[in-house]
Amino acid sequence: MTTQYQKPTPEINDENRAFWEGCRQGELRVQKCSNCGHIRHLSPACPQCLKAEHEWVAASGRGTVYSWIVVHQRYNRAFEEDLPYNVTIVELDEGPRMVTSLVDVENQDIKAGTPVEVVFDRVTEEITLPKFKRIG
Amino acid sequence: MSLKDKHAIVGAATTRFGKVPGVSALAFTVEAAQLALADAGLAKDSVDAVLCKYPPSGFQGLWAHKVSEALGIQPKIAATIDQAGATNIGLVQYAMMAIEAGLIETAVCCYGDNPLSGPPGTYSKPRGPEGAYGMFGAPSGYAMIAQRHMEEFGTTSEQLGHVAVSTRAWASKNPNAHKRDPMTIADHQASRYVAEPLHLLDCCLVSDGGAAVVVTSVERAKDLNKPPVYIMGIGQHHIAWDLPQRPTLTTSGAKISGEMAFNMAGVGPQDVDVCELYDCFTVVPMITLEDYGFCEKGEGGAFVENGTTGPGGSIPMNTSGGLLSESGMAGMQLIVEAVRQLRGEGGERQVDDPEIALVSGQGGIMHSHATMILRN
Ligand SMILES: [Zn+2]
Repeated sequence: MTTQYQKPTPEINDENRAFWEGCRQGELRVQKCSNCGHIRHLSPACPQCLKAEHEWVAASGRGTVYSWIVVHQRYNRAFEEDLPYNVTIVELDEGPRMVTSLVDVENQDIKAGTPVEVVFDRVTEEITLPKFKRIG
Repeated sequence: MSLKDKHAIVGAATTRFGKVPGVSALAFTVEAAQLALADAGLAKDSVDAVLCKYPPSGFQGLWAHKVSEALGIQPKIAATIDQAGATNIGLVQYAMMAIEAGLIETAVCCYGDNPLSGPPGTYSKPRGPEGAYGMFGAPSGYAMIAQRHMEEFGTTSEQLGHVAVSTRAWASKNPNAHKRDPMTIADHQASRYVAEPLHLLDCCLVSDGGAAVVVTSVERAKDLNKPPVYIMGIGQHHIAWDLPQRPTLTTSGAKISGEMAFNMAGVGPQDVDVCELYDCFTVVPMITLEDYGFCEKGEGGAFVENGTTGPGGSIPMNTSGGLLSESGMAGMQLIVEAVRQLRGEGGERQVDDPEIALVSGQGGIMHSHATMILRN
């Protein structure tokens, strides 16, 4: 018997569908500007040249910890069992940063600059969340 | 064209702060505007602009128009501006520009909200897809910034605590402050974590209340109730991008905004006698002090230690208790406190004969910033 997933999930739309489809398939994708080649994460247009045309490319899935927090307050009942849990900003090797969380780590062991790689957490039929674990 | 010394704040007022059930955001806004007009000695018929920040507990389109109706005014300009916590200084700047352009003569800039007794509204909502990872509310965003400041510069939680403690020391001298009981660094350290590295006592209050100021030309200001408080310098800067993509988390819009305001005023940090710096979280005034040039980047932690900003310190900061202890509302009360200090109305918390006051506003998760320099 399965219980329904209670945590909030991202809303899929035309602009981000390819990203979430990639996650479902185990591939972390970023947008590469077709005009200037700038790499971005979930943005409707290129912040460098303002063109919208882009291709979705597979990122290496590797990056480093940029900043992190440990949430102690219960903002949402669905996270109660996880408290205290980390939320982390990872800087991908390709440049963009993303809000995510680290798995398989004690909160007190999280450090900036730690190399990490993506792991995929299939939380619903539609949504697979990219999370990260330490490497090395 | 410089706007220096051409406009003045002639009326300033706050309502009761704290938990005040049964008063709507609109009622607080009207009460504040009415008190500010009475402070100036101006009839409401002389107001030709009503400028508002919308209450975060519930966004409403045409908010300034609703406020105008409640004030019984049909102004030449009514506008609701959204720069979050930087808005209230932004409203004053907009008033100055409209006066300078000859469009209006007198503006009332007013704000009120009831997030403590009413709906908490935007204060604890997720900011986007981050909700999937459990990132909710403003404390989480500012905790990311504080962590990064600690990482880059070795700032400590105790140093953040000094901001909270010195601000509470000021609030204990303010009979209208929401929180007045004494606080120590040990109290700060013992308070529960909200989002590590931020403790509960690093976070501003959630308070009901309102505040307003009346802005007019220097000519019009001459024969009113109180001596005018002149606007010497004003600036804004919006670093805008959401946290992950922002180039740095440890420099705020205060840098450019502050440069604009100081350049217009022709003064520097060394000339400032009293500061009212937006303190939604302890790390914010620390970064603001660095960006304004009171100390070097990264040295804010050491700067605020040992009472520098408290009563008797060399840089009196947040003399009414700030957002951390006087009222958690979004910053209009800081402008009011600067005006009171420059008029000598500070009561037990009055700084000795200040001539120049510096006020800041900051909104979002450090998305927006505004700076104003005032003199008597
Ligand atoms: Zn481009």
